[in-house]
Amino acid sequence: MATSKPAGKPNSATKEELQTYYKEMLLIRRFEEKAGQLYGMGQIGGFCHLYIGQEAVVVGLESAAKEGDQRVTTYRDHGHMLACGMDPKGVMAELTGREGGYSRGKGGSMHMFSKEKEFYGGHGIVGANVPIGAGLAFANKYRGNDNVAFTYFGDGAANQGQVYETFNMASLWKLPVIFVIENNQYAMGTSLARASSTPALYTRGEAFGIPGEAVDGMDVLAVRDASQKATAHCRAGDGPYILEMNTYRYRGHSMSDPAKYRTREEVQKMREERDPIDHVRELLVSSDYATEDDLKAIDKEIKSVVNDAAKFAQESPEPAEAELWTDVYR
Amino acid sequence: MATQILMPALSPTMEEGTLAKWLKKEGDTVSSGDILAEIETDKATMEFEAVDEGILGKIVVPEGTAGVKVNTPIAVLLEEGEDASAADNLSTDAAPAAEEAPAAEAGADLPDEGPGAQPKVPAAVDVPETPEVPEGTTYKSQTVREALRDAMAEEMRRDGDVFLMGEEVAEYQGAYKISQGLLDEFGGQRVIDTPITEHGFAGLAVGAAFAGLKPIVEFMTFNFALQAIDHIINSAAKTLYMSGGQMGSPIVFRGPNGAAARVAAQHSHDFATTYAQVPGLKVVQPYSAADAKGLLKAAIRDPNPVIFLENEILYGRSFDVPELDDFVLPIGKARIARRGTDVTIVSFGIGMTYSMQAAEELEKEGISAEVIDLRSLRPLDTETVIRSVQKTNRCITVEEGFPVCSIGNHISAVLMQEAFDYLDAPVINCTGKDVPMPYAANLEKLALVTTAEVIAAVKAVTYR
Repeated sequence: MATSKPAGKPNSATKEELQTYYKEMLLIRRFEEKAGQLYGMGQIGGFCHLYIGQEAVVVGLESAAKEGDQRVTTYRDHGHMLACGMDPKGVMAELTGREGGYSRGKGGSMHMFSKEKEFYGGHGIVGANVPIGAGLAFANKYRGNDNVAFTYFGDGAANQGQVYETFNMASLWKLPVIFVIENNQYAMGTSLARASSTPALYTRGEAFGIPGEAVDGMDVLAVRDASQKATAHCRAGDGPYILEMNTYRYRGHSMSDPAKYRTREEVQKMREERDPIDHVRELLVSSDYATEDDLKAIDKEIKSVVNDAAKFAQESPEPAEAELWTDVYR
Repeated sequence: MATQILMPALSPTMEEGTLAKWLKKEGDTVSSGDILAEIETDKATMEFEAVDEGILGKIVVPEGTAGVKVNTPIAVLLEEGEDASAADNLSTDAAPAAEEAPAAEAGADLPDEGPGAQPKVPAAVDVPETPEVPEGTTYKSQTVREALRDAMAEEMRRDGDVFLMGEEVAEYQGAYKISQGLLDEFGGQRVIDTPITEHGFAGLAVGAAFAGLKPIVEFMTFNFALQAIDHIINSAAKTLYMSGGQMGSPIVFRGPNGAAARVAAQHSHDFATTYAQVPGLKVVQPYSAADAKGLLKAAIRDPNPVIFLENEILYGRSFDVPELDDFVLPIGKARIARRGTDVTIVSFGIGMTYSMQAAEELEKEGISAEVIDLRSLRPLDTETVIRSVQKTNRCITVEEGFPVCSIGNHISAVLMQEAFDYLDAPVINCTGKDVPMPYAANLEKLALVTTAEVIAAVKAVTYR
């Protein structure tokens, strides 16, 4: 069984690929910064978990997805929605609880869905999306297609019992599911070392015969390579695959996190030395794929997309009172 | 001294079985632990071991005999050196103690469920109200078990997206034989044995439903569904709302609910009210085989998650089921099981057994009871209840679940708010007792609702 540590140097990428990754990651970064601002202004309520720092994970994984593939995640979900092509306006308007939101204001930050983009949430219960992801994969197998279900969860969820029930069934029935463990080192305020008896999460499938791999989740090209390998494995009918993405979130667990469990220096060091967006920016410049002016133009374009989304989210009306009673039953 | 070998109870709810095969013949020496016979219950074929040693003096019940009641003498065991004639001297009539035996006790006030036996409830009761079945329809006698299986098979034939998943549903043919024959007909792709991991497979099925398939999830009992309740409530029931109507879960969670017989607290919990509280779920609990069939077919077709609560004791009970190609009942419509004028008895599921028996007894005393079988607990057909109470002015409710926040409590509140001026007496709720289910036969009986309690409640509200 191929359970392995990080592979060697990732393959190179074309100019177009790098530009795409850069834009997609930057969109998530700027979107989340704006969401943070709106939260501070009281326009977004409740829980709001930002994805800043982890952008390379979802962008790299999505690069190997094809039409019909599904994705499902827990509540740190804004990045996943943007990466699979959902409209930033609809996502932001859901954060502000407005009619124009993906769930018409009834789901909020943690509960958003898009049947069209095969995005199955946005789940508020840690670990619950894992069997659901295997169920999406079950449907692929039942229908005899070669689609894959990307099932994301965190290092905290990796200790949930239902994850292992799911590993067992996914392997037993050879379901085409990629279990992406986004190890951002902290389950809310509890570090991996304090919560996990065995910190190498990519080995957690060994008992079930599921191959696993640790990946540098701050390097979008490493993530892309891993995603290609894992999707090929699943599409060939060889069953599930585990990818542990070693990543880092810059912001608190949610907006109300005092962040006493780690030092400012630790966060600063990651930002300065390992930032996934800076990494691609440097690659673009050093490969002569983009000039500073090109990058500025991209920044401007992304900023305008995000500003439009925020404007839409602020101007969209609150849901009509009659919406209280709709969508309970079909 | 010659001793009788009695027909054993091989499951908590077994009342009778088929003596499939004798593995010892008359004159054979028997040691303790030897397999004497193969006995077929409604769930499985079991080997019956000898407890004592001796010589098999006489076989009383020949092999191939069906409908042998538990505790009926099936053979006589002789001691070493004893003459075969000793067997003849021993009475082979039903053992006098049989009525007191635990298995018989639990079902003592229940109608017989044997193939030839007629249910004690009047036949007319089992025929649903006319609008649901066209005039001239013929009926056949079927057990609830067969009706449930037929409902699943018919829907699986009709729609390739419907599949059945659960513990022992495929190769074992169902822990309670509900899925008998389905694996043969539909194959392992659509009839799927799961590991014993309710939390995981319930979540997996919800994911499959999100993707547009129509899973039927069988829980061996709803007690075990507590392990999966997060997926039933948080994942299945809430997602349509949380997604602004985009993503529903067309899924059925079904299995036996409530007390069976002598299986104690962890296997006897009644979850009717627990699920009936949750918006986004539909909750159905049928009593008759016809309702079981028509409502399960409706549940499978329903685009919402449906909790389908069955009852182990009712599985083997026979009722008249209409012989129609596609018999589907509406979810959310109560059935008037018996017309009456003096009092309304509202019940559902196995509570109907006590209610119908009470109504029959009360009739003899000149009290005419109208019995309403709710069938569906969410949505709840309060309209039918109110209309009946407007006529009878008195109401009692009957259910096996716990008394606090019971369905009866809710009905009482609805009547107080919407039919207060029609009530001539406070509504009485007959329920199970507010204790975990005890194991001891006498205590279990006390913990459940009884026909006598129903009769007493009716007399109280009618001031008799």
